[in-house]
Amino acid sequence: MIALLLRDLRLAIRAGGGFGLGLAFFLLVAVLVPLGVGPEPATLAKIAPGILWVGALLACLLSLDRIFALDFEDGSLDLLATAPMPLEGAVAVKSLAHWAVTGLPLTLASPVLALLLNLPPQGYLWLVASLALGTPALSVIGAFGAALTVGLKRGGLLLSLLVLPLYVPTLIFGAEVVKRGAAGLEVGAPLLLLAGITLAVTALLPFASAAAIRVNLR
Amino acid sequence: MSIWEYANPKRFMTTSAAILPWVSALTVICLATGLIWGFFFTPDDYKQGSTVKIIYLHVPAALMAINAWMMMLVTSLIWLIRRHHVSALAAKAAAPIGLTFTLVALVTGAVWGQPMWGTWWAWDPRLTSFLILGLFYLGYIALWQAIDTPDTAADLTSVLCLVGSVFALLSRYAVNFWNQGLHQGASLSLDKEENVSDVFYFPLLICIAGFVALFLTLVLLRTRTEIRARRVQALLARDRMA
Amino acid sequence: MMPDLGKYAAAVLTAYGASIGLILALVGLSLWRGKRVQRVLRDLEERQARRNG
Repeated sequence: MIALLLRDLRLAIRAGGGFGLGLAFFLLVAVLVPLGVGPEPATLAKIAPGILWVGALLACLLSLDRIFALDFEDGSLDLLATAPMPLEGAVAVKSLAHWAVTGLPLTLASPVLALLLNLPPQGYLWLVASLALGTPALSVIGAFGAALTVGLKRGGLLLSLLVLPLYVPTLIFGAEVVKRGAAGLEVGAPLLLLAGITLAVTALLPFASAAAIRVNLR
Repeated sequence: MSIWEYANPKRFMTTSAAILPWVSALTVICLATGLIWGFFFTPDDYKQGSTVKIIYLHVPAALMAINAWMMMLVTSLIWLIRRHHVSALAAKAAAPIGLTFTLVALVTGAVWGQPMWGTWWAWDPRLTSFLILGLFYLGYIALWQAIDTPDTAADLTSVLCLVGSVFALLSRYAVNFWNQGLHQGASLSLDKEENVSDVFYFPLLICIAGFVALFLTLVLLRTRTEIRARRVQALLARDRMA
Repeated sequence: MMPDLGKYAAAVLTAYGASIGLILALVGLSLWRGKRVQRVLRDLEERQARRNG
């Protein structure tokens, strides 16, 4: 399992593309939004939590199809499916690898971008905390979408259509944490709910994803 | 070709052919009675004026939009567990109906909300979760369209339906948390106090019956079409083999 | 015949028109596709019957 994790990480970094692309996209969103809505600090501070979460979510979406597509094409997915390690475990590890190259850098970069969007200072801690707690869910849910569309030629657009509705709860609770944090309110409830979603999804969804991959490999 | 390919669909075809005229007649009778009664012979509400008449379309459509997803959930489960092809095809047949009902509910709601709430759309929990339900229908239909192999498509859409159900429910509670709404509570519940008054209640019940019958009719009709389409595919494949 | 809908006439009529339009479109589409598939299937089965008979 660790070997698979290391292999995926190495591939993601070496192949370029996937690693930097999500971050660059996140940065672009944070730059483009003020250009679109105008530079008033008060407006930006108000919408910053939502924009940062939506940006992170879209950046995560960009690299989803790469989770399984390359392995499907060169046949290593078949090997993984027949390997002694359960496919559910392989899916979980691959989601973790995806998170490590997209969600984790996004989380670490988010305070810098929050600066651009004029997030109130008391929100920074909660922004990082909510992204750290929430982005794993994005990767795991995304892996499910990628597993559904892995056999398709032009799955990219369909993948977004399938995955985005599934992101709704994570987005709502994640952005709520930051919004409340920035306003200096109590954040316990949404933060716990966000953590609950991440844990439940990580525990259960790999089974559905593995089932979908088995169907696609049939 | 195994016996299951034919035996079960065949029985479904004969049974549904016998039922179909009756449910279609029931649909027409109920919808005509309910809508005409509701539209022409119910009084205006003292607060909402004549817009109260929209309830006869809005509530049944919304109700059936959710029930259609429930039915897809059940048929998907049957397909995954028992592998009855008709079940998978019935789920496929129901999705566009559910989507249409969702659209009807959203459109009638918007048209009603404009004079009553002063806005076509509000990010109210009920409205938002209906929009999300519509997105789930879209994704489900798109996944069916995208996959060529019928059994693979049935499997994957069933898995999506199961996972989607959980997330749809989760979204429902998430949006509740996120915004307190404008939308009124249940118009029909066992708690008599909350209900709409009797003048509106009976035509509404008939309309709901009509929408249920309409849903049944359309599901039967569309499932028959899907079964025939599947048979066409099988025959063409056999032609190519020969 | 027509009930007095008052100032909300436009809203009520739009709602009824749009809903009935949508539902009729769905019914029409279902019927049309049903008929077409049925015809294709009949043609195919006849062709096969001729070939076998």
